[in-house]
Amino acid sequence: MAPLTEDELERRLDALLNPVLSSRRTASPLARAIAQLNRERQEFTLHWAEVISRTNYELAYQFAAVAPAALTTLDTRAAETWIIHAMDSYDREGLFQGGEVFRHYSAFETPAESQHGVGYREAAPVIELFVCGLSGRRMKIDSAPAAWTDGETLYLPPRIALGPTRAENFLLYKIIATLLWAQSRYGTFAADLNAAVRPYADPARALTWLNYLESVRLEARLARLLPGLARDMRTLAVPQHDALGDTAPYPSLCSPDATVHDSIALLLSVRMADNPPRRAWMSSLHPAEATAARAARLAREKSALQAALADLLDEQPADDTEANGGDAETGFTADVERDDSGEMSFQLRLGGEAIEPPPAVKNLMDSILQDLGDIPDDYLAAKANTETLRDRDEAPAGPADHLSGAEAQFYDEWDHQRKHYRKNWCALRESDVAAGDGTFVAATLAKYAQQVIQLRRTFELLRGEDRLLKRITHGDDFDLDALMDAFADMQSGRELSERLFTRRHKAERNLAVLFMVDMSGSTKGWINDAERESLVLLAEALEILGDRYAIYGFSGVTRKRCEIYRVKRFDEPYNDVVQQRIAGIAPQDYTRMGVAIRHLTALFECIDARTKLLITLSDGKPDDYSDNYRGEYGIEDTRQALFEAHRAGVKPFCITIDREARDYLPHMYGAANWTLVDDVSRLPLQVADIYRRLTS
Amino acid sequence: MPPAKTLQPEARRIEHEPYYEPIADEVALFEAAEQSQIPVLLKGPTGSGKTRFIEYVAWKLRRPLITVSCHDDLTASDLVGRYLITNHETVWIDGPLAHAVRVGGICYLDEVVEARKDTTVVIHPLADDRRMLPLEKHGELLRAPKAFVLAMSYNPGYQSVLKELKQSTRQRFVAIEFNYPAPSLEAKIVARESGLDAARTAGLLKLAHMTRNLKGNGLDEGASTRLLVHAAKLMQRGIAPRVACHGAIAEALSDDAEMLRAIDELTASIF
Repeated sequence: MAPLTEDELERRLDALLNPVLSSRRTASPLARAIAQLNRERQEFTLHWAEVISRTNYELAYQFAAVAPAALTTLDTRAAETWIIHAMDSYDREGLFQGGEVFRHYSAFETPAESQHGVGYREAAPVIELFVCGLSGRRMKIDSAPAAWTDGETLYLPPRIALGPTRAENFLLYKIIATLLWAQSRYGTFAADLNAAVRPYADPARALTWLNYLESVRLEARLARLLPGLARDMRTLAVPQHDALGDTAPYPSLCSPDATVHDSIALLLSVRMADNPPRRAWMSSLHPAEATAARAARLAREKSALQAALADLLDEQPADDTEANGGDAETGFTADVERDDSGEMSFQLRLGGEAIEPPPAVKNLMDSILQDLGDIPDDYLAAKANTETLRDRDEAPAGPADHLSGAEAQFYDEWDHQRKHYRKNWCALRESDVAAGDGTFVAATLAKYAQQVIQLRRTFELLRGEDRLLKRITHGDDFDLDALMDAFADMQSGRELSERLFTRRHKAERNLAVLFMVDMSGSTKGWINDAERESLVLLAEALEILGDRYAIYGFSGVTRKRCEIYRVKRFDEPYNDVVQQRIAGIAPQDYTRMGVAIRHLTALFECIDARTKLLITLSDGKPDDYSDNYRGEYGIEDTRQALFEAHRAGVKPFCITIDREARDYLPHMYGAANWTLVDDVSRLPLQVADIYRRLTS
Repeated sequence: MPPAKTLQPEARRIEHEPYYEPIADEVALFEAAEQSQIPVLLKGPTGSGKTRFIEYVAWKLRRPLITVSCHDDLTASDLVGRYLITNHETVWIDGPLAHAVRVGGICYLDEVVEARKDTTVVIHPLADDRRMLPLEKHGELLRAPKAFVLAMSYNPGYQSVLKELKQSTRQRFVAIEFNYPAPSLEAKIVARESGLDAARTAGLLKLAHMTRNLKGNGLDEGASTRLLVHAAKLMQRGIAPRVACHGAIAEALSDDAEMLRAIDELTASIF
């Protein structure tokens, strides 16, 4: 295919990027650059520009501006990684960060000599588990242009392509992560590194030397802890890398109890004029960030530990406290021990008696031990006085602050154009439905009195009863009839049947069902009435059947305010409160269905039932305010959420009153998993009937 | 009359002392409970030595050990007994529980929460000071001799909330908790069971510790002592450590590709 002409490109870009173009900023320079690409890359650029434009026009413009240059160096796979990474950054941190990633496309380059690079996304899931397994404080991992750590998050490069094979590049990720983990685990930030390098003429150079000395110390430490990794490190051959030399010049760094202070002391003896040797896995040090994170962490953990110990003290039997007299108030001590390899462990004692702290307390103490190399006495002061009590109240506020709304839960959302999830895209909150008119349920039952009797009768028939299984090979008792036959057979010389037993079989309706009720604004009026009446009749039927059921409503405005309204939890009895909540179901805002399905699917996790049903009562397509959830995006996201539900063993079903449902519901739920009730007034009776058909 | 050909409940006397390293004072506790005629509940994660312990005390007390592995279709008749038909007659066959009561052995109900809830109720009269087992269908009331011991195991860790033991059941038992032994003891056990050298045993323990860090972060359980023994035995037979740990530990713990890779990477870092 011939490449598109500049004019053709300009016309298409104009249409795509119209909102961010002006008389001074036209599509013409973009078109000129893109015209130089071959047809395939042109189409690639236009396709992604269109996809990105649905998220943000400006971001799409920035992409189109750098794409011609980027696509000359990136292959298709690397380019897709680059684009997805940029859109993720935009989702998380905004336009500027998204644009930054687009501008720094070179970080995603795969040099021609190495198609064996490994990307962060590929390595991250394994590395995260790997670091978790190494123990110590739980570390987050994230990607950054260069590797470093603040002691809480390990930042790893977006791509490593130094080594000749994929295995070696993955190994480099592993080594970098392990060394960063070791910085945090073995106290690189226990000293004020900035203060340590300040006296030198060139503090920045002193810091690189200190970084090198620390890596010598930690490599020696890892050689003892992880001999397999150390062997891999010695045999790794990549360019721009000085292989592990003789560490004899620094014997003090190789002893098991070497600390960061030994590295600092050695700074005096190195030749500052030289560059320190380079290792392929060398990261950079950011002392200021690490110090700040460490101070915040210590303050947080100190108050958390004090509060936890106060709780622990409360749980001790009263006579223990008396026996220790006044001492018991401050009775916690911790013996810190170091084994041969320098690993630290501790024993918590209360009034001299060794006690086993709960896992949460142990993790806290391990973390403090890791930072300080000791657990100072003031950290163990678990006085249940007002001061500690106040600390205790404040303690949870610390980590919760950055979550913007403590009770919100975050869910991914599927972007069908990107073919990727948007991470933590929707914030969802759960709350109870405000109680409504207490007489609604009674009024409904009165209104449908005739039908309710019929309903009860139908459902009683369905109820699981004990059945006597006859003529089976194994059972609790004989089947006398079968026995008679067998004797008769025997007398007449015929073959005997083995089926001589009976067993009582309890036909359990091993079923849990969750009703997900559309509470969008469009249900206002008689649809809402019909929904509520349906729920009343359903509850009536379900109480007879004894099936476990829950009722939740959903609505919301935009991805940041998705709401789930509790009407009845699985473990809640059908009582006045629930009845009032059913009456209180009122139209709210929009229908962002995907996130609601994901949340409600998760509720099934702690339910043990052979069949798990998620039944949606809906009046239309998924829809939300402003951010293009309406239409294909919303349908695809909902479809994806239903797939996830299927995978989790939940069977979705949809009851709708939307006459156009045929156009989209089969695509979302599958051909047989939905039904249309086109007469709203018949909904209440139909729903119970549909349920009966579904579950018998 | 020829005897009914039925599966005899597995009753066995343990002839040789099973290898068992006490973690704490569990042996003394069991003996005291046995003398006081209180049933015993062994709690702890899989592979932490519950079954080995019961074998050891059965040997020590010189009692037959009757083990029932519980499953979700285990009915009361499966435990107590039922009538079977031979030639022209019906014959009562004791279930493993009735058998243990009759011969005065140790009846060990393994993973008791897996059994149906109504099944566990039949042990109630046996598990309190009545110590009797009514065989309703046979019209017989079995009184447990002094030598009879009821023991059951229960893993509080991985069972879901749905499979919790009923209070009315659990409150009849003396509970003995099992956990992973302290590192030095665990090393001793692995070395003794497999004959592996100290250096590689230490590596295995390190790996076990790492997988236990992953519990709750993708793994339901960390590697148990049993898995370490498996890996150690493979290594002792000349299998390379990475291969042995992959087969005996990683694949035994998870099916998740990323988790398998992560455990393999941890193994590769150690060996």
